[in-house]
Amino acid sequence: MSKDVLEIRNVNRVYNDGEKDVKALSDINLTVKEGEFVSIIGSSGCGKTTLLKLIAGLDMPQSGELLLNESKITGPDYKRGYVFQQNCLFEWLTVEKNIAAGLKARHVYTQNKDKVSKYIDLVGLHGFEKSYPHQISGGMAQRVAIARALINEPEILLLDEPMGALDSFTRADIQDKLLDIKKQENLTMILVTHDVDEAIYLSDRIVIMTPRPGRISEVIDVDIPYPRQRGGAEFINLRRNLLDKFHLASAEPQPEYFI
Amino acid sequence: MENKKTVKTGIRYAVYILFTVTGFVLAILENIFVPQIAADFENKKYALGSFVLSINRAYRIFLFLLIIFYIAVGIFSYLKENRQANYIKKAKFRFACGVALGIWDLFGTKLMYFPQPFFPGPAKILEAFLMESGYILENTLYSLRLFALGFSLGVIFGVGTGILIGWFDKVYYWLAPVLNISGVIPAVAWMPFALTIFPTPFSGAVFLIVICAWFPIASLTAQGIQSTPKSQFDAARTLGGNTVYLLFHVAVPHAMPQIFMGISSANAFAFTTLVMAEMLGQPGGLGYYINTSKVWSAYYKVFAAIIVMAVLFSLIMKGIGAIRGYVLRWQRGLVK
Ligand SMILES: Nc1ncnc2c1ncn2[C@@H]1O[C@H](COP(=O)(O)OP(=O)(O)OP(=O)(O)O)[C@@H](O)[C@H]1O
Ligand SMILES: [Mg+2]
Repeated sequence: MSKDVLEIRNVNRVYNDGEKDVKALSDINLTVKEGEFVSIIGSSGCGKTTLLKLIAGLDMPQSGELLLNESKITGPDYKRGYVFQQNCLFEWLTVEKNIAAGLKARHVYTQNKDKVSKYIDLVGLHGFEKSYPHQISGGMAQRVAIARALINEPEILLLDEPMGALDSFTRADIQDKLLDIKKQENLTMILVTHDVDEAIYLSDRIVIMTPRPGRISEVIDVDIPYPRQRGGAEFINLRRNLLDKFHLASAEPQPEYFI
Repeated sequence: MENKKTVKTGIRYAVYILFTVTGFVLAILENIFVPQIAADFENKKYALGSFVLSINRAYRIFLFLLIIFYIAVGIFSYLKENRQANYIKKAKFRFACGVALGIWDLFGTKLMYFPQPFFPGPAKILEAFLMESGYILENTLYSLRLFALGFSLGVIFGVGTGILIGWFDKVYYWLAPVLNISGVIPAVAWMPFALTIFPTPFSGAVFLIVICAWFPIASLTAQGIQSTPKSQFDAARTLGGNTVYLLFHVAVPHAMPQIFMGISSANAFAFTTLVMAEMLGQPGGLGYYINTSKVWSAYYKVFAAIIVMAVLFSLIMKGIGAIRGYVLRWQRGLVK
């Protein structure tokens, strides 16, 4: 059995927006194993980004703790790669230099130069090395963001709706890229998504969150062997099952006579 | 078919080149064939080495050189397809320039219609260059040196303090009010201090240019740094960037467009301050040249200095524009 990479224990995060407290996360507990692919789904505002930021160390919980390989997360580190919800490329750098940014930031660029073209090939951006972010499409920009995070060889990759704004073909393409990476590098990944199909297609486990306060309501194991067929019977069953839960979980309590 | 088409565009283009220079040709013809009517115009002669040149002839040679120049530009832009449209666009304006020179020569020189000596004709202005080109060059170099030193120090100083103000809250607290108050004072107001405190007039003028460039550059740099989105810093931190990286590889490049906005406006202020400083207490420079010429009522020299300034300053602006275009090349196609 592979070891636990990430442990989240009794984490709470309350935001104060000036007037009232917003319980963005309440009593979150989660353990992620090495090489595991975990998806987090849940309606908008249930604290998915907040959770990912805590794991990244970009934000701190009010109580509880987060551990990566048994050491407490106290701040951001290149070992926890992050692909942001909005595209956060450095627009003054070319594709190539964006991807190399992590190496340069860590002063290890000169000895790792050849990695840049390897990651450009990995995300299929050959021929666009010298383009600037505003000259490439949204899907390409997301692939740059993924390559930029991967080049640091993180222990865990955090992806915040990296495919939110993409068409379904580009989406499927990036999904397969992620599966390739999972297989080749045995990289632990946590993906935030709104898309149930995407979660089933990719994940070992799916975490369902509910809003106000942000909680984990259920964790579902996905036992379908890879590569998964989107039309397969198990896939469709699980999807129906999940949509029901998702619907129940995200709906406000309704009066009984409603239907 | 293809060939026919290129021949056709070639002919069309030649017509545009011809049209561009026709104005200047007319100006030459005007100077040659219209008789000198006003009596007090003196067609002085100057010896350039072994051959002697009258100012009228110098004016014609000048026009002739302009014609050669615009033909050369025309041929050059014909060979570079992306420049063709620009040349064609400017043809009308250049034609009009030539015609205007002709009219000016007619009224300014041939008829001496304007009040003298305030509004000389074009040939008379050329006289300044024939008479004392060495002296004009000397003063131009003085201005250039003053500007280069003052402005580059202003940029270094402005960007430096702008980064500190934008990055450190404490520096912002203490320096932002100083910047805002001193920024509204025209630099020439410091002139009395500059001229007494500094050991040489030159260093005093450098000081004035530095402070006039400092304000717009520092405040726009600070704004640019402060407006960097937090998400960009977050991204850099998850990539392993430390504070130095965040500052110099995220905040500063993000602020670059604003830094250049500051530099462009500082540039215009710096020209004004430069000329004012020179007019009020420098032993050289184009401003100084204007001032001494005025004392002798040599207004044609004033115009000559103004023309040199126009050329010099627009070359400097072009230079800065080119640097800006290079540094901000990532913006190409993103902003107009
Ligand atoms: N910096 C902040 N200050 C105050 N409140 C915040 C802040 N960030 C998030 N919140 C609040 O915390 C809650 C959870 O936000 P979060 O961004 O984690 O949601 P999310 O699940 O990622 O939503 P989405 O799917 O729309 O991205 C929201 O109610 C939001 O208003
Ligand atoms: Mg979010």
